[in-house]
Amino acid sequence: MEDIIAMFTNPAYLESLCRVIPEALYETLYMVIVSTILAYVLGVPMGVLLVITSEGHIMPNPWVERILGTIINIFRSIPFIILLVALIPFTTMLVGTSIGTTAAIVPLVVSAAPFVARLVESSLREVSPGVIEAALSMGASPWQIIYKVLLPEAKSPLILGVAITTINIIAYTAMAGAVGGGGLGDVAIQYGYNRYRTDMMIVTVLILVIIVQLVQWIGTTLARKLSHR
Amino acid sequence: MIHIKNLSKVFKTPKGSLTALDNINLHIPKGAVFGIIGLSGAGKSTLIRCMNMLERPTSGEVIIDGQNMTQLSGAALRKTRQNIGMIFQHFNLLESRTVAGNIAFPLEIAGWPKHKIAERIQELLPVVGLEDKAHSYPSQLSGGQKQRVGIARALATNPSVLLCDEATSALDPQTTESILELLKEINEKFNLTIVIITHEMKVIKEICTDVAVIDKARIVEQGPIESVFLNPQSDIAKEFIASVFPNKLAPELLRELAQHPNSQIITVNFLGSAASEPIISDLIRQFGVTVNILHGSIDRLRSTLFGTLTLELQGSAENLSQAHEYLKSRNLKVEVIK
Repeated sequence: MEDIIAMFTNPAYLESLCRVIPEALYETLYMVIVSTILAYVLGVPMGVLLVITSEGHIMPNPWVERILGTIINIFRSIPFIILLVALIPFTTMLVGTSIGTTAAIVPLVVSAAPFVARLVESSLREVSPGVIEAALSMGASPWQIIYKVLLPEAKSPLILGVAITTINIIAYTAMAGAVGGGGLGDVAIQYGYNRYRTDMMIVTVLILVIIVQLVQWIGTTLARKLSHR
Repeated sequence: MIHIKNLSKVFKTPKGSLTALDNINLHIPKGAVFGIIGLSGAGKSTLIRCMNMLERPTSGEVIIDGQNMTQLSGAALRKTRQNIGMIFQHFNLLESRTVAGNIAFPLEIAGWPKHKIAERIQELLPVVGLEDKAHSYPSQLSGGQKQRVGIARALATNPSVLLCDEATSALDPQTTESILELLKEINEKFNLTIVIITHEMKVIKEICTDVAVIDKARIVEQGPIESVFLNPQSDIAKEFIASVFPNKLAPELLRELAQHPNSQIITVNFLGSAASEPIISDLIRQFGVTVNILHGSIDRLRSTLFGTLTLELQGSAENLSQAHEYLKSRNLKVEVIK
């Protein structure tokens, strides 16, 4: 305990802390926000497709549902750390390098998008079939049912899903440090673990805890506000 | 207005095929309030869903306003559906939208401009008595209010037909009454054709002009309600009528009556003005028949009166047959129970 206090009062340590942490925080936020957005850009259409092509829904198509479902399951079963390495050629092709914060976004998105698809799927399945039938009886097109019924009616669970996804991605960014992705997780390993900088470890973990709490709080509050049940 | 010709619907299930509708023929005239009554599983829900093609019939035709629904698909079907309103047992409102938002929904689908939609909402709210609820969410409304929103929403695009799928089955008796009153009002005010699916004879009795009885996938009886109530043919129709005009006698009473000599038990059904004629005193005075009233009720049948009386007549065979002649001459429907 005294050692730790000593670290926090050491000017040299304090100086490096103030230098390293803000940049790492920025990298983490950058990776998390961009990855979450891209995961949703890919995941929402997949989730919607899974729901509307299922039996008895507005565009039943067992083949589309089965093939898409299988692809999603395959990607969800590959451990992230393996995906990280396996995707290196693909990442290089896409962003020109396999190292760095931007490069880390590729595996993060590839791993999160199928997860998002399943979250969106389960949220949309909560919309009552009766409401969809009512919309059909009014002459709504499939597209109108998706953006006027399914998505707005599932707003609350969808927002809770965004919070879950964001927090998952935060956890994965720590691993992305392994491919030189940077960020808070990387600092915790590089400084805190490898160089016995317990102060760095404590501060990074503390910041991560605060971010996770904040994201969950925003998600829960928004979901409650937007729910009119 | 609505012609249903040789309509059949067969569901293929792993256990074999299930006939939900078996060669249904119906004609629903313009401005009618047409009730279709049946027990659960009789096929009535499938029938109403076949009218707007939520369910595709296996064979047969549905013609609404001269439009053959069975031949339509895609955009043409969607366009035609905008001319057919529908309300549901569980209301099926959008929970994320306010009352006004729910009424706006079919209009958005139909591509109305924003200011027209706002105008139409202001027209419809008073029709269903929800002027002060425009900004409430469905979760803040009672069942009856939710159904009023459902009705306003169904009327928004000025449809020529309103389909009601068990619209009052989830409501308590008082609320049912007020919703039926509203439907009747709408029918009269806008000359809107209404098709009602129900298992409650009360609904038929209150507002329908015509009724069809569906049993085991077939229409077993249909006609204007007066004639069906006065002279039901099928057992199931008789049971439904007995549910709103009870005429069953207790077994104890029947046993006791069986002891009486020269006695006969009859039920007399009558309509409208016959309700006010003094038939019982005529029977007693003119034919020397003793009349014992066992059961009786008179109630409204949409806009006329309908009554049913169960009587015990005592007298000689000659007197009894004269009494029957007299009742027949009065245009009363008599059925001898024993």
